[in-house]
Amino acid sequence: MRAERDVGAPAIAPVEAAKLDARDTRGDRLAPGSLAAGRLALGAVVVLYLTIVLLGPMGALVTEVSRIGIGEVLLAVLAPPALEALGMSIALVAISVVVNAFVGTIGAIALVRHRFVGRGLLGALADLPLAVSPVMIGLAFLLLVGREGVLAPVLEALDWKIVYAFPGLVIGTLFVTLPYTMRELAYVLEEIGTSEEEAAATLGASAWQTFWRVTFPNVRVALGYGLLMTAARALGEFGAVLVLGGSISGQTQTATTFIHDAVEERALAGGYGMALVLGAISVVLLALLEHLKHRRARALGRTK
Amino acid sequence: MRTADALLPGPGQRALRGLALVYVLVLVAIPLATLVVLAFADGPTVFVERVTDEVARDALVLTLGTGVLVGALNVLFGTATAWVLTRYRFPGRGALSALVDLPLAVPTLVAGVMIAVLYGPSSLVGTTFAAWDVEIVFAKPGIVLALLFVTLPFVVRAVEPVLAEIDVAEEEAAIVLGAGPWRVFRTVFFPALLPAALSAGIRSTGRAIGEFGSIVVIAGNIPFETLTAPVYVFGEIESGAPRAAAAVSTVLLVFALALYVGATWIERKVGARHAS
Repeated sequence: MRAERDVGAPAIAPVEAAKLDARDTRGDRLAPGSLAAGRLALGAVVVLYLTIVLLGPMGALVTEVSRIGIGEVLLAVLAPPALEALGMSIALVAISVVVNAFVGTIGAIALVRHRFVGRGLLGALADLPLAVSPVMIGLAFLLLVGREGVLAPVLEALDWKIVYAFPGLVIGTLFVTLPYTMRELAYVLEEIGTSEEEAAATLGASAWQTFWRVTFPNVRVALGYGLLMTAARALGEFGAVLVLGGSISGQTQTATTFIHDAVEERALAGGYGMALVLGAISVVLLALLEHLKHRRARALGRTK
Repeated sequence: MRTADALLPGPGQRALRGLALVYVLVLVAIPLATLVVLAFADGPTVFVERVTDEVARDALVLTLGTGVLVGALNVLFGTATAWVLTRYRFPGRGALSALVDLPLAVPTLVAGVMIAVLYGPSSLVGTTFAAWDVEIVFAKPGIVLALLFVTLPFVVRAVEPVLAEIDVAEEEAAIVLGAGPWRVFRTVFFPALLPAALSAGIRSTGRAIGEFGSIVVIAGNIPFETLTAPVYVFGEIESGAPRAAAAVSTVLLVFALALYVGATWIERKVGARHAS
């Protein structure tokens, strides 16, 4: 875990701060003072890099939206197609959070605490979505349950429509969100070990009691972290829902495919507006993630 | 007694475990197996033809090339960023550190839109560079920028804990023994940082070769110029050639798995856990 040391640095001019830091920081205090220039240069390079890659583009979107005009952007973002698309994305977030809370918990416990045939396979498959391009996921399901897919006759007989319909969006989103909760929980279960659970069992607790009173309180923060990541990923998924949903306005259009279509059609108020909405939501999710990260670091420190 | 096995509730624990396994099989294994099987369904010769098609081959080369470049840049700048964030004290450090995680939460399509707004042909930066005859958006630099955005946290978050754990005594001993700053870095920090930076760099390459959302808005998707393999796959799906798409996907999948295995191997070897 990353050790958080004192962050409350005094507000002094950057150059002054760099000089002070050069003397203050750990081993460097023994190094010659000329190092300060090198440190300042490295700091400048990193800030420049982060500005080019991350901060600049973020700032540009905010600037562009205000240049277009808040009123026009609001009008476009509050129009029915945009709201329907956002509602669709939120529904997908809700479904993937609920399903992953359940499957992720069971899967993580099975991975870490159980020994059974197929355990290695479960672990590898749970990781796999991280290595697969979302477009590929869309394609894989298209080949399986699409109109000309392997299972098409079966689906036709049952009159089920998956691709270019809501179930297709759900499947694609569940695929890409699979690893987050399961991996996070598996990692923490591994870290906290079994001693508390064994103690509970020795004292006569049933499996349910052990889970709810001992294991669950210990992994609650990790579960929250994993589910927040799941929500962020579900909200932002684009490739898989584009291929499987087809971005039909009012039916299978999500917030991301809405942005894509709007930008293509040069309907920039709506496209950039929705991009800013999703950007703002992700900043909120990030703030919650950071909060949980610190809590998790503390919790792990305690139970170890 | 083996209490660990009693963790999943009651006699239904086997059923619950089975449910998780079936869920993962149905959701991941079966569709991907279908993809690979259908990629070869028309015979190996057709498969080879599909992936060596001029446009497809070029897209694969571009994707791997930009992926490796982005991995290398991440190792360099990611390590530098982690260095500054763990060892320097300056106002705003906490906020900057949190921002590094932002690409994990921002939809990649939105990342692409942001980059297009800043560096696009009609933007201030875009017109400035256009005057020097340099194109960013709808050209290769745009692809690299987008990939750097979406993979930014990988190396930073993997290197930070390693840096924080390096023994100060070791560093001080090196300095007392007369080592200059460069020598201290090379002998004390470099060996410790290398595995973490390298494995995270490989993971960022793996992430980069699958990237779609940010690329599709930024690259312009011009064959032989800026058409990456995932975008090529999408185009083949759209034009009703799913098996050609499956063939190129399979090649991408093999590269992604190889990178994944490589990164995992390095991590196992040093016993480090990657921070994802």
